[in-house]
Amino acid sequence: MRTLRILARNPLSVVGLVLVLLIIFAAVFAQYIVPYPTHNGSVIDFAFANKPPSARNWFGTDLVGRDIFSRIIYAYQISLTLGVVVLAVATPIGTIIGLLAGYVGGWVENVLMRLVDIFLSIPPLVLAIAMMGVLEPTLTNAMLAVTVVWWPWYARLVYSIARAEREEGYVLAAEVIGASAVHISFREILPNCLPAIITKMTLDMGFVIIIASSLSFLGLGVQPPTPDLGSMVAEGARYLPDSWWLSVFPGLAILVAVFGFNLLGDGLREILSVDK
Amino acid sequence: MVLRTLLNRLLISLIVLVGVSMLIFGIARVIPGDPARIALGPNATTEQISKLRAEMHLDESLPSQYFHFLIDLSRGDLGTSLYTNRPVTLDIAEFLPATLELVFLAGIIMVSVGLPLGMLAARYRDSWPDSLIRVFALLTVSAPSFVWAVILMLLFAFYLPIFPIAGRISDIYEIERVTGFLTIDTLLAGNYAAFGDALRHLVLPAVALSLSGIGQAARLTRSNMVETYEKPYIEMAQAYGFFPSRIARSYAFKPSLIPSLTIIGLDFAAMLGNAFLVEAVFAWPGLSRYGVAVILRKDLNAIMGTVLIISITFLIVNIIVDLLIGYLNPRVRYSTRGSA
Repeated sequence: MRTLRILARNPLSVVGLVLVLLIIFAAVFAQYIVPYPTHNGSVIDFAFANKPPSARNWFGTDLVGRDIFSRIIYAYQISLTLGVVVLAVATPIGTIIGLLAGYVGGWVENVLMRLVDIFLSIPPLVLAIAMMGVLEPTLTNAMLAVTVVWWPWYARLVYSIARAEREEGYVLAAEVIGASAVHISFREILPNCLPAIITKMTLDMGFVIIIASSLSFLGLGVQPPTPDLGSMVAEGARYLPDSWWLSVFPGLAILVAVFGFNLLGDGLREILSVDK
Repeated sequence: MVLRTLLNRLLISLIVLVGVSMLIFGIARVIPGDPARIALGPNATTEQISKLRAEMHLDESLPSQYFHFLIDLSRGDLGTSLYTNRPVTLDIAEFLPATLELVFLAGIIMVSVGLPLGMLAARYRDSWPDSLIRVFALLTVSAPSFVWAVILMLLFAFYLPIFPIAGRISDIYEIERVTGFLTIDTLLAGNYAAFGDALRHLVLPAVALSLSGIGQAARLTRSNMVETYEKPYIEMAQAYGFFPSRIARSYAFKPSLIPSLTIIGLDFAAMLGNAFLVEAVFAWPGLSRYGVAVILRKDLNAIMGTVLIISITFLIVNIIVDLLIGYLNPRVRYSTRGSA
C-alpha cells in the first residue's frame, strides 16, 4: 500500500515503470508484434532501401531495405539479455566479496579491497574495450567483458554497508550466541544490503545497456547482421545528415530504454528509502 | 600533516599502479595466437618468428615476461607499435594532447554547468525548476555520449551550421607543434584566428562528452545541498533573516561541494573512456582513435601502452581530487589519521 502511495506521488517513476514494462514486453514478444519479423537477419529488399520514415516503415529503412523499427525491437532483446546476464553474474560475485571484506576485516579486507581498487582505477569503458581488443567480438565475450568491469562496483557498495553494520548491536548479539561468520554475513548483514543492491541493479540495467552499446558502436560487440543499437548508430552515422533516421532512431531507442530504468530506479530508491 | 597525507596517497597509488600493470599484462596474454606471428604477418619465415619471439621474451615464463615488461616500463619503453612501426611512447605523445584537451574542456563545462544546476534545483527544491532540472539531468545520463555526439552534430553542424563538422582545426592553418594542445599552440604562435578556429572545433565534441557528467554533477550537488539545508546552522542563518541567495552561496554550497568532487573524479574516468566514442563520431585525431585502430589490428604493445597511460592519467586526477578535498575539508585537513 505504502509502495503504491509513493508511486502515485511520483508520476515520473510511474512513467519509468510503464516504459520498462513496455520495452520488456516488446522484446519478449518481438516475433509477434514487429511489422517485419524476418528483418533481424540478412534480409535484402533493395526496392525499399534507405527510405525515410513513412506509414509503411515508421522509422524508415536501412541501407539494404530492412525495417528499422523491427530491428530496434529485436535489438532490445539483445540489450536486455545482456543486461540481465551481466547483473545476474556480477551482483553475486561483488556481493560475496564485499560481505567478506566488510564483515571479516583484517588482511582479507585489505587484499580484496585493493583488488577492487585496481579494477576501479581503469576507466570502465577502457577496461571493457581492452578486453574486447584481445577477445573475439561475440555476445558472450561482450557479456564477459562488461561483467569483469561491473562486479567491483557491487563489492564496494556492499563493503561500505557491511562495514557499518558490523558495529551494530544485532551483529554483536548474533556473535554472542555463537552464530557462524557465514550465518552473520548472509542471514544478518545481507538483508540490510538488499534495498541498496536492488536499487543499484535497476539503475545499472540502463548503464549496462549504455556500455554494451558503446562496445558495439566501436565494432567490438555483437556483429552484423544481428541487430544491435550501438552498431546501428555507428553504421548510420556515416550517412549523416541525409539518412539521419539510420542513426537517430536507434540512438533514441537507447535513450528511451535507459531513461525508463533510471526513472524507475529513482522511484525505487525512495520506496526502499536507500540514502545513497 | 599534508605531506604525510600526500605520501600515503602516492604509496597507495603506486601499489594500485603495479596491480593495474599486472591486470593489463594479464589481459594482453589472454590473446589467442602468437603475438610474434601477428606482428610479422603471414609471409614471415620460421627463423624470423623465433628471432622475434626471443626478442619479445615470449619463450620465457609468464612472471619472467612480466618482469621484462616492468623493466622496459621503468625505462619509459613501451615497445614498438605494429600499426605505426614507431615506439608506442612516441605515438602516445602525439595523440594524448588532443584527447586531454577535449577531456579537460568537457570537465570544465561539466563543473561550470552541472554544479550551478544542482544548486538551483536545491534552492527551489520540490518546485518546478527542481523537476525540470531533474528530468534534464536524467535525460543526459540516459544516453551514451556517441548518441549525443550524433544529435549535436546533426543539429549544430548540419542543420544550423554554427560549428565545424569534424577534425581539430581547419586545413588553412599551419601551427607549429609545441605542447600538442592546439588552443595553447595557436596562442603561442600569436595566431588568434587559428585559436578561434580550434576552439570552435572543440565545442561540439566537448559538449557531447560533458553531457552525462553534467547530469550526474547536478543530481549529486542537489541531493548533497538538500541534506545540508536541514542542518541547524542553515536554520540559524534563516532565522537571522539572511537572503536565500546568500544562504545558498555561502552556507549550503561549500559543504556540499566535497562529495561532489569525488564524483567529478569518477566522471573524469568516464570521460576518458567516452572520448573513444566522441572521437569516433567527430573524427578527432586523439589517443582514443589510435586506441581503436590498434585494437582492431591486435597491436599488443600499443594496446597495453594506451590503457596504461589512460589509467595513469586517471590516477593523477584522483590524487589531485583527493588533495583538493583534503584542502576544502578541515576535518580531513587536521585529522591525524590522514585521508583515506
